[in-house]
Amino acid sequence: MNWFQSFLVSSIGQKIIMSLTGIFLMLFLVVHLVGNLQLLHDDGGQAFNLYTYFMTHNPLIKTVSYLLYITVLIHAIQGILITRKNQASAGGMNRYVKKSTYTTTLANRYMAFWGILIFIFLVIHLKDFWYVMKFTSDLEMVTYPGETHEVKNLYQRVAVEFKELWVVILYVVCMVALAFHLAHGFWSAFQTIGASHPKYLRLLKTTGKIFAFLIPLGFALIPVLFYLFK
Amino acid sequence: MKINLKVWRQKNENTAGKMVDYSVNEVSPDMSILEMVDVLNDDLIRKGDDPIAFDHDCREGICGMCSMVVDGRPHGPQHGATTCQLYMRNYKDGDTIYLEPFRAHAFPVVKDLVVNRGAFDRIIAAGGFISVSTGQAQDANNLTVEKAVAERAMDVAACIGCGACVAACPNGSAMLFVSAKVSHLNQLPQGKPEASRRAINMVKQMDAEGFGRCSNVGACEAECPKEISITNIARLNREYLKAVFTSTEE
Repeated sequence: MNWFQSFLVSSIGQKIIMSLTGIFLMLFLVVHLVGNLQLLHDDGGQAFNLYTYFMTHNPLIKTVSYLLYITVLIHAIQGILITRKNQASAGGMNRYVKKSTYTTTLANRYMAFWGILIFIFLVIHLKDFWYVMKFTSDLEMVTYPGETHEVKNLYQRVAVEFKELWVVILYVVCMVALAFHLAHGFWSAFQTIGASHPKYLRLLKTTGKIFAFLIPLGFALIPVLFYLFK
Repeated sequence: MKINLKVWRQKNENTAGKMVDYSVNEVSPDMSILEMVDVLNDDLIRKGDDPIAFDHDCREGICGMCSMVVDGRPHGPQHGATTCQLYMRNYKDGDTIYLEPFRAHAFPVVKDLVVNRGAFDRIIAAGGFISVSTGQAQDANNLTVEKAVAERAMDVAACIGCGACVAACPNGSAMLFVSAKVSHLNQLPQGKPEASRRAINMVKQMDAEGFGRCSNVGACEAECPKEISITNIARLNREYLKAVFTSTEE
């Protein structure tokens, strides 16, 4: 193994891969939420549909989207590898007869569990929207005034999906999982790349908590508002 | 007072262990928990039974030899103290206490509550030292060390290598221990020449021993009898990255 391969398989290397992919995915969450908030415009979906057209036709964004798919897979696979290794290193789930959990939190103790929930959500979410948008011609085409090209009406699909109560509940529950995952993951990502300093440690932890609250809340609000008001 | 004990009994590494109930009468509140086990062992020996094996040495909280998980917590419920400093005055008559060994894949049980922590010695041998003689007291005075750096190095030099961090970590990770050793030596002028080699080799040995990957839970910091902070783990990560990407060490 050369020095770089040794780094990639080392314990710290594995964690740094988790950290960097995690930070990239957190940036994606911000972009995705800002985009999805277009759904809340009261314009019959024009802003959102033009936005999705832009996102699926801009070459730079298309390139980044492939990077995103790879990042999700690396983060998930690496997460499974690390969790399995850690369970073996700790000596199994029942290492102590008398259990004490006071040093851990719901967020950090079940990081992998939240991650698995998020992954299952992703599969359902991608099948509902991304697959329909990219690989089928199920969506109706609309042309907005002032635009020369037709765009797919993904907004309509969203509106139909979010009229189903079970879909809304599923989305909200999965966003709770995301909140827990981020509540530990945000700060943890920075700690792993070595960004920990007494001067800004508290800022980092507080920002993490706020981020973990606001981002999933923003995502969860969309299906709820659609269900109730649209 | 009377104390009930549930103790992990295991003949050796290759046999299965189980919890066994004992009770100790006339426990003095001034006894440490280890002294209480001494009393119990005395009783067991008189009866011709096998005494409970447990690790101990200085019994004043500085050697790092005593281990034991007391009621699910390495070194017991006290903060910043070792098992030998856990006094029975913290308990009341009729209490039940669970005693289990430090558990991790890299710490195999030798017998009962004794585990083999040789993995830590091999990590130290991989880089937790300074190769050249650092001289006499006057030589130390000739090397100026900034006060804040000296304090930080001293804080981590307090690590007694007991392994409570590993026993507490849900991942069985030794990162707090390794980060303490690397932070101690890499911050001081005597340790700088070998800083890169030390970071790389100690992490390599830590991985080879089968310790887990740190997930920044912070259980180690909470249970460390010497209250070593996990900011040192971030420092180890930095030292390791710097060594991998900027030094010629492999």
